[in-house]
Amino acid sequence: MNKPLVYGLLLGTLMVTAPHADHMPLWVTALCLSLLLWRGYLTYQGLPLPKRWLLTSIMLASVGGILISFHTLFGRDASVTLLITLTTLKFMELRTTRDATVMVYLACFIIITNFFYSQSIATALYMLTTLLVISVTWVHLYAPDIAFKPRLRVAAILLLQAIPLTLVLFVLFPRVQGPLWGLPQDAFATSGLDDKMSPGSLSRLTLSDEVAFRVNYTGQAPRRDQMYWRGPVLWEFDGVTWTQGQTVATIVPQFSETAQPIDYSVTLEPHNKTWLFALDIPGHLSVASNLTYDFQPVQKDTVKARIRYQARSYLSYRANLHEGARQIQRGLRLPPRLNPKTKELAAQWRAKSTDDAAVVRSALDYFNRESFSYTLQPPPLGAHNVDDFLFKTRQGFCEHYASSFVYLMRAAHIPARVVTGYQGGEYNSFGGYYIVRQSDAHAWAEVWLEGQGWVRVDPTAAIAPARVESGLAAALPDTAALPFMQRNPPQWMLELRQNWDAMSNRWNQWVLGYNAERQFAFFTRLGMESVTWQKMTLSMALVAGSLIALFAALMLRHLLVQKPDPVQAAWLRLCRKLSRAGLPRAAHEGPRDYAERIAAARPDLAGKFGDLAERYSALRYGKATGEQTQREFVHRTGTFKI
Amino acid sequence: MSLHGNTVLAALRQRFNTWLFRPRIESGTIVLSQRRIFILPTRQGWALSIVLVLMLLGDINYNLNLGYVLTFLLAMMAVMSILHAFRNMAHIEVRAGRAEAVFSGETARFVLHFRNPDKLERYRLNLRGDNGDTVSFDLPAQRDTEIAFPLAATQRGWLKAGRLTLYTEFPLGLFHAWSYLHFDTRCLVYPKPIADAPLPQGNTPDGAGKHSIAGDDDFSGLRGYVAGDALPRIAWKAYARGQGLQIKQFSTLVGEELWLNLSDTPDGYLEGKLARMARWVLDAEAQGIRYGLRLPDAERHPDNGSAHRDACLRALALCRMDEK
Repeated sequence: MNKPLVYGLLLGTLMVTAPHADHMPLWVTALCLSLLLWRGYLTYQGLPLPKRWLLTSIMLASVGGILISFHTLFGRDASVTLLITLTTLKFMELRTTRDATVMVYLACFIIITNFFYSQSIATALYMLTTLLVISVTWVHLYAPDIAFKPRLRVAAILLLQAIPLTLVLFVLFPRVQGPLWGLPQDAFATSGLDDKMSPGSLSRLTLSDEVAFRVNYTGQAPRRDQMYWRGPVLWEFDGVTWTQGQTVATIVPQFSETAQPIDYSVTLEPHNKTWLFALDIPGHLSVASNLTYDFQPVQKDTVKARIRYQARSYLSYRANLHEGARQIQRGLRLPPRLNPKTKELAAQWRAKSTDDAAVVRSALDYFNRESFSYTLQPPPLGAHNVDDFLFKTRQGFCEHYASSFVYLMRAAHIPARVVTGYQGGEYNSFGGYYIVRQSDAHAWAEVWLEGQGWVRVDPTAAIAPARVESGLAAALPDTAALPFMQRNPPQWMLELRQNWDAMSNRWNQWVLGYNAERQFAFFTRLGMESVTWQKMTLSMALVAGSLIALFAALMLRHLLVQKPDPVQAAWLRLCRKLSRAGLPRAAHEGPRDYAERIAAARPDLAGKFGDLAERYSALRYGKATGEQTQREFVHRTGTFKI
Repeated sequence: MSLHGNTVLAALRQRFNTWLFRPRIESGTIVLSQRRIFILPTRQGWALSIVLVLMLLGDINYNLNLGYVLTFLLAMMAVMSILHAFRNMAHIEVRAGRAEAVFSGETARFVLHFRNPDKLERYRLNLRGDNGDTVSFDLPAQRDTEIAFPLAATQRGWLKAGRLTLYTEFPLGLFHAWSYLHFDTRCLVYPKPIADAPLPQGNTPDGAGKHSIAGDDDFSGLRGYVAGDALPRIAWKAYARGQGLQIKQFSTLVGEELWLNLSDTPDGYLEGKLARMARWVLDAEAQGIRYGLRLPDAERHPDNGSAHRDACLRALALCRMDEK
């Protein structure tokens, strides 16, 4: 196995595995890198490969290590890690062309595993480059003596020819809606809201710049401080963590809308949970979904791929005016023997207030009046964490405010619950849509008031009104650790980012979002009636086949079409002229014999034709060469007249 | 019934193969036209198709659109590699050249003249004989290239080039494109001379052998020894007299005539006799003796020189062979 070939394989493998370093345990990354370097060194020095027993023990040790790190060998992360480890180990016994072929196929397979983690434009371009590197090595494998430049040329031509064909197949290959078998729980990279909330869970999420979903409003967009995207509603509190708990509702969710509805469409990134996001109280969704008793739209399966749906919401409403008694009970439940000071404070407010709304006002006043501050890094809290927060630290993020507010309300005998979700969004003027990122994650409260139903109260707005009006960056002090782009970046950078996101959005819609449904729509728009897979396959074969035929014609045209010799062509034209005059040339006749026969039959042509025949035989069979002589001959045959 | 069916099937297959591969022996120039080039997937090609099917199942299951893109890219690269493999062989012109005669036990070299009329180089072509030996080479653009295909010569007589397979797996090793080259060239194989055998008795250069003819070896004097002179020509008598090493010179170029008879050989079987005679021919030629050859089916009159030697060896090679 020659050295450049091994280096090429090493480079290709390094390129396909590099993005995985992000989600493999550090020791695996280090192991794989050192194995690759080791092989590079052995090849460079021309040393023999390590013994089999050594490799076997490394393999067993690393499989054991992976098992310990992941507690399993299945699932996305564990199996990808295993695949990469075994691939790099295989390098240590790479000897024959067959081994190298296996390496090439493995490298291609690892490319696909990268798409579990990212399918962005950047990933696609990077993997295309990687495929070119692999192909160059692949060509090298079957032509060991070929120089680098022709190798690169052949690989690049193959890839460039494959690209338009791939486009055809991508669009026309009959799509089957997956999944064919169960997906592992961690099949896709997801980050997003959880169905529980504890101090720190949301503030961690806000550090992520990832897109949660994108929104297109059909008409006028609502005010920013009205954009509350409803996520999981949390009822149960154990003193630290809020969870959804078991619903005991018996009453169907009902509401009466009081204002103009808002129509919009949402492109939701996969988040591996069943819930969908909609503005406050959703009236209607275009996907099959149910509304839970607390007005949260959920679908049957988890969202494993990007989906798009239309929705209609009402921002002004009366929700569940007649809530069931057991739900009311649930909205009042508190863990016993915790936070006595908070309970005391709530009891004071209760005593001096005339109605529930007054208690709510007292609480918001309290947050506003006392020196509470809004921060991403609140000090740690003790066992009575609501007490600690309300009376000692007074520094917190939205989850602290929502949690303590609901606690206060329940302590004051007002049914309340925590709502998590997203608030706000960034307008992309290039794409005309709003981007809601993980950093827009938010938590607020809902209280049930007699005669009004469930009413949204956002205690964070009482402390940091800028949070809901302008976004997170405006609400936090300048020193807070926020993603760079959330600060006020220069205008050009903002535009660049928006441009890029508009492009990504189109990529998501048209490339990554292309599925059986869109394919059906595409064929229907082309005018195909009753789209069947047979018809799709036939049209795919036809289009791809004609493209291949075109490529074949382009590649082989030099070979199949013999460019006629201009001298020969001129001579044949001359013979045709004479043939029309009734003097055809016999197949066996050479130019001289022919000239003699012509001279006998038509003495008037003898001189001129004799000269031409002489010139022709000199050019064709004799020593006469040179373009000048050729041109002269062609010219003279052109002017020859009978 | 079934036996009969099998026979019919075998006959049909035979006819199909005859139609497809047109097995015949050719001379002159073969141009590798589309009709002569065959392409089938290799084992690696089949393996890749399995990998691609697995990838496709994964793409469907995980709804990986970029996975589809990669799968289709690889599949289409594989399809295009068929064209590239064909392109790598198409319209090559092949002409069989001479094959120099060799002794049995040596390696015959069948020279083939390849011409690549195209503007692009042809990479990694392989020429394989029926015995499995393979020669790999590239053909530069618009150039004639001479390739010698080695074939072990194990038996005296005519060695036929046989059917050679020209194939390529360029560029990705997924498809095997091949063409048969069956030229009528053959290589003459001389009998392998035995290691050491004295010339027939009475033929020492200084004596009058019973086969020698007087008058042809007029002794004309002595000259000093020069390195490279044939040992039998050294005047040993002069040396014994203490005159140093002297070489006898004769008035005619070749001093004596020696008839090499098949019947003079002591060996018991024909191949052994021929092997000994080959040795004699070589030695006699080296000693500058005029030698003749008598075989049951051929006779060469005494002469000397490489052409005569080749004619004698040829007669030995073809002795009692049906094919001349």
